[in-house]
Amino acid sequence: MDFNATLFGQSIAMIVFVWFCMKFVWPVLMGMIEERQTQIADGLAAAEKGARSLELADVEKARVLGAARGQAREIIDQANTRAHGIVDEARTSADQERERILAAAQAEVGQEVNRAREELRGQVAAIAMAGAEKIISREINVTTHQALLDKLAAEI
Amino acid sequence: MSSTGTEKTSAEYIQHHLQNLQVCQNDAGDWVWNHCAGNFWTINVDSMVFSVVIALFLGWLFSRVAKHATTGKPGKLQAFVEIILEFVNGSVNDTFHGKNKLIAPLALTIVVWVFMMNLMDLIPVDWLPGVAHLAGVEYLKVVPTTDPNITFAMSLSIFVLIIFYSLKVKGIGGFASELTMQPLSPKDLGVPKLLWPVVMTFNLVLETVAMLAKPLSLSLRLFGNMYAGELMFILIALLFGSIFSGIAGAFMGVGGVILHVVWAIFHILIVTLQAYIFMILTIVYLSQAHEHH
Repeated sequence: MDFNATLFGQSIAMIVFVWFCMKFVWPVLMGMIEERQTQIADGLAAAEKGARSLELADVEKARVLGAARGQAREIIDQANTRAHGIVDEARTSADQERERILAAAQAEVGQEVNRAREELRGQVAAIAMAGAEKIISREINVTTHQALLDKLAAEI
Repeated sequence: MSSTGTEKTSAEYIQHHLQNLQVCQNDAGDWVWNHCAGNFWTINVDSMVFSVVIALFLGWLFSRVAKHATTGKPGKLQAFVEIILEFVNGSVNDTFHGKNKLIAPLALTIVVWVFMMNLMDLIPVDWLPGVAHLAGVEYLKVVPTTDPNITFAMSLSIFVLIIFYSLKVKGIGGFASELTMQPLSPKDLGVPKLLWPVVMTFNLVLETVAMLAKPLSLSLRLFGNMYAGELMFILIALLFGSIFSGIAGAFMGVGGVILHVVWAIFHILIVTLQAYIFMILTIVYLSQAHEHH
């Protein structure tokens, strides 16, 4: 084994070959590697984003649910109030109706009493007139004493 | 290049480059270097050292990547290893449909190891032997896969696995019937029972040849390709010898550089392809061993 120019030739060829690999082979491999890195990084980022939006959706869900629950309570409260209002109103109107009917009945009774009294008064006057007429028919003229009798009847 | 003095002839140069660094025990019981022709109990030290060092390097590299692996955005080295891993896993899943935890790691080991051993071919043929010469080592072959011992060691290991899984999956009876009942089925042929052994023997001969051809073709293909590639580099290197002696020599030198570069670029393909073929055929053979007929 001895050294000669072969070593130079091979070394020059090796340098050219290494240059070739740097220029054409290495970038291809690096491209593959970097593409893979980007894909993985993108995938992880997308997963992260998905997880975060899920979290946000959970928060939103809780918010919407709370709001709906509050609204439902409000509606129930309103309905209760309304129901009480209706019952009260009905009671009030029923009371008024009762009083009106009562008043009407009393007024009717009063009228009835007045009418009966008026009738009675007329009848008393007539009875008194008949009695007095019978008692004093002979000496007292009906027509002369009519004013006196009317006065008497009004006093009853 | 002249053959006088310490300089070598072209034939000597080539032969020198194709000689492994060998160690063996001679008849007297002494350990000797490089006088081992015809002795089976010889170790090719260079092939062993380079293949084992490459294996250790790959083991260290992959375990380092595995230890530092992140589930987030991977580093460049991790991304590269992942690409290799996904590629091998994809190849295994495409071809092999049985249940076996060995095949994918085996395929990964084969593809990266063979690839790295082949890649040693791209180092100029005189660099490492030159360094070894300075260190007092006379012979050095740096490409383990140009040593048939290495390729046969791998293919025979795979052959053992093929036999093992054939027996394990199909049982002794199943394996025996696979070797004797096809390609000519005596039942389908309708031959009388008396003649069955004839057909079965015929099948056995065919199947045995087919079986033995697997490890043989596997190792010889790899060895042949890498040996031829190595030889081409050595032949091209011969052109550099007269680079400083006249115009013709200079032309040869320039031509040598161009040829070397072109062959090296082409060799990237061969190196990768041979590693891939070795891996794929291993998967195919092992998946055949798992198939029922």
